[in-house]
Amino acid sequence: MEDRSFSHRLHIDVPLLFGLFLLCSIGLLVLYSASGQDMALIYRQATRMGLALLLMLMIAQISPARLARMSVWIYLLGIILLALVLITGEIGKGAQRWLNLGFVRFQPSELMKLALPILLAWFFADRHLPPGLVRIFYATVLIVIPVLLIARQPDLGTSLLVAAAGLSILFVAGVSWRLIIGFGLSAALSTPVLWFLMHDYQKQRVLTLLDPEKDPLGSGYHIIQSKIAIGSGGLYGKGWLNGTQSHLEFLPERSTDFIFAVFCEEFGLMGVLLLICVYMFIIVRGLYISLNAQNTFGRLLGSGLTFTFFVYVFVNMGMVIGQLPVVGIPLPLISHGGTSMVTLMLAFGIMMAIHTHRRLLSD
Amino acid sequence: MPPEFHLKDPGYEYRLISRRIYFAGMLMFLLGLLIVVRVFFLQVVMHDHFTTLSQHNRVKIQPIAPIRGLIFSNDGVLLANNRPSFSLEVIPEQVDDIEQTIDRLSGLIELDNSDIERFRKQLKRKHRFVSVPLKFNLSDDDVAILSVNRHLFPGVDVVAGLNRYYPLAEKLAHVSGYVGMIDEDELELLDTSNYKGTSHIGKLGVEQAYENLLHGSVGYRQVEVNATGRIIRLLDRTAPVSGKNIYLTLDVSLQNLAVKALDGKRGAIVAIDPRDGGILAMVSAPGYDPNPFVNGIDSASYKKLLNSSDSPLLNRALQGKYPPGSTIKPFFAFAALDYGLRTNLDETWCQGWYSLKGSTHRYRDWKKTGHGHTNLENAVAQSCDVYFYALAHEMGIERVHEVLAKFGFGERTNIDIVGEAAGLNPSREWKRRAYGQAWYPGETLIVGIGQGSSLVTPVHLAVATAAIANRGKLVRPHLFANARDSITNEVVDEFKPEIYGRVEASDQSHWQTVIDSMTEVTHGQRGTARRVGKGAAYMMAGKTGTAQVIAIAQDEEYDAEEVREEFRDHALFIAFAPVENPRIALVIVVENGGSGSSGAAPIARVLFDHHLQGINEAESG
Repeated sequence: MEDRSFSHRLHIDVPLLFGLFLLCSIGLLVLYSASGQDMALIYRQATRMGLALLLMLMIAQISPARLARMSVWIYLLGIILLALVLITGEIGKGAQRWLNLGFVRFQPSELMKLALPILLAWFFADRHLPPGLVRIFYATVLIVIPVLLIARQPDLGTSLLVAAAGLSILFVAGVSWRLIIGFGLSAALSTPVLWFLMHDYQKQRVLTLLDPEKDPLGSGYHIIQSKIAIGSGGLYGKGWLNGTQSHLEFLPERSTDFIFAVFCEEFGLMGVLLLICVYMFIIVRGLYISLNAQNTFGRLLGSGLTFTFFVYVFVNMGMVIGQLPVVGIPLPLISHGGTSMVTLMLAFGIMMAIHTHRRLLSD
Repeated sequence: MPPEFHLKDPGYEYRLISRRIYFAGMLMFLLGLLIVVRVFFLQVVMHDHFTTLSQHNRVKIQPIAPIRGLIFSNDGVLLANNRPSFSLEVIPEQVDDIEQTIDRLSGLIELDNSDIERFRKQLKRKHRFVSVPLKFNLSDDDVAILSVNRHLFPGVDVVAGLNRYYPLAEKLAHVSGYVGMIDEDELELLDTSNYKGTSHIGKLGVEQAYENLLHGSVGYRQVEVNATGRIIRLLDRTAPVSGKNIYLTLDVSLQNLAVKALDGKRGAIVAIDPRDGGILAMVSAPGYDPNPFVNGIDSASYKKLLNSSDSPLLNRALQGKYPPGSTIKPFFAFAALDYGLRTNLDETWCQGWYSLKGSTHRYRDWKKTGHGHTNLENAVAQSCDVYFYALAHEMGIERVHEVLAKFGFGERTNIDIVGEAAGLNPSREWKRRAYGQAWYPGETLIVGIGQGSSLVTPVHLAVATAAIANRGKLVRPHLFANARDSITNEVVDEFKPEIYGRVEASDQSHWQTVIDSMTEVTHGQRGTARRVGKGAAYMMAGKTGTAQVIAIAQDEEYDAEEVREEFRDHALFIAFAPVENPRIALVIVVENGGSGSSGAAPIARVLFDHHLQGINEAESG
């Protein structure tokens, strides 16, 4: 019945598209305020959003089966590009995330956010589930390689997201609880050892995270100011364009990583609840698509991409409210910037493809 | 376990994945709830607290960089100064279009490409609300032009600051080092809070080694700002603590004389106080001017320095590796006595060459006609090669290596500035490791006259020379004398002399014998450096050395004489004075300076006269 609808023939999932539109609109609204009412910046961001949406619709036309067939090649390409970035980075002496292709600058780690889940979904869907130890081991290697390459750049935030994408598929594929708990325990036990292995300056950073007031000029400054912004917002907020913290320029990175603080200040707890509902709506839709996907590949990939999206939101919000360390992860579709937006939209394009490319079955 | 044959079971898989997806959904919901709870806590429970903070949040905290400590010589001459200067700084956040602003600014004042390049680099890694320097050392004209046009450039400011300056420039660059802009690697390792507001850090030499003392601690300024972020009022100020002033052991007038002596040459001079290891002068010629490095040298000038055939950036005193040549002989003379192989009266017949038994190869003496019957004193004074060929042969490479190791050859002295290289004290093991070859007996002879694979750094040779003057004590060389508070001038830190090795003699008289033989070098009738000691009001002990430049073949077919005619040798001289109570030990290396007695030794007299008698070359005529 659904198969015959106009939107399905265009491979568009209407509820998901609706959620994304809603989120983008909120994003532009907040960004306008956070950027100090910089209309030029809003135009640029809106243009990027439009292009990203277009790309989303394009990738939705590719059937998941074809994606599965290409998975190995996409992954290999991603790894090669990551290695290339590291090498050119060595030559250039310094952090290097970009690959200059002449007409466009390209961040291979973004490709990996999609390539890894696609490859793993294909890898696990190929044979029976739950996977045996050997396959779990192979999968772990497939995850660790890009994560380490990206962490070397160094880009902690992105490597975290790629790891989350990989691990979530591992989880959904049915890795036994015993393994998960065992791994969790050994990780917890190894933290004291890690502490001894850390450099003094790294320890300093961990301590700053635990007690931001200790370093009021460093990363502690972000957290202190961001907490003031959020707390002073109250139940209903100070109103759009009326946030003092952001407009008096106390809040750093207010249009990028810390935009959630601006949102909290201006729209209050009510606004936050609404925003979280929109995110939840998109996530629930993603899970619904995954549950109803036609095959194991679609289920694994769909839930992996959805979970990555969740980690995006959770880590960014957790960081802004001072619960998680400050790693550079933007708030999806709201923070200023185009790189992660394109990847996110492509992921949603894949979700739509999973939902709309159905082989006609007898029922 | 028997091999399992799993068929794909779609029903089971579907249920498994569904369960997991439901679980993940629950987990996400709970984590999301956690965020909501935390936001609720901040926005509702703590609302009043944060509202108060936000209303009072017109206060910004700004770092105030401490003033870097000065560097003085032992005689109180300023070696590293802070000069007032103006720089052009940009706060990226307050500038709409940075590219356009740079364009417009370069229409007003001169902006080098290197300035812009450096600016762009820093722009990327600093917070957008932190000002980034665009140009340093603005001229008065620049400052005037910018002040007049200030209203056209929001977010662009002329900032008064201090600029590091090295008055002695190339005369002292290898000692003072320089400060430069903090780079990304350094940022990783720094205490970022204390370096807020600091733009420069010690990169080399004393500036780097004593960064912790020189830097000081950051201060803060609390200011009230208005709605546009402009400062209205100063509320509170925690003054920064200036860095400590550092005094070196260095004697600037001696340093200047040493620089002058090496003018136009390549080489190194290290003068050390044998009693406590304090460096009195340390020159690597040619030098370079460290001042352009402070705010980033342009790449053309840097390339020129880097590619110069004279390698001015190389600190020859610490990193130059030279064959010791005959300067090694006093150490072997000590070994001869100490191992009981020779007394001071035992004589060796020198006919101008030496051969190993069963070989026709002749190891030649520098004096073709030979030195005749030669005892230890004459062998050192006249630098008889045959005496030391025979001695080295009897000692064997094991003991040759052992005695040199006692004097620290092949090891770093761990002087208090970085970049020191280690020399090479060859041994059987070393050769096997490095070349996979066996040691030939002939090589021992060559090492016996300080050639072959033996290599020393000037700074180590100075310490080894001081060890003879000290009768066995190896003192750690150092430039740092003390650190003083910049206001009270109170000494807050002091170098404690350190003895890092001791050469034990089986009989203390052996030292006297060696020192006597070195005294013959400069004061004896046939000493190789007799002209240097002539007429001196004090007694000095020394040893000349002439080191071959080319890599020396490892086999026995090496013909020393032929090589000597074709290549200009490095001239070396080691010495200390006064003999009875040594206060200065010296190493002089002049690359391609010819023989040690004419190329290097005369410099020692000038330096000794100055240090011991206060005579300047110019005054003495």
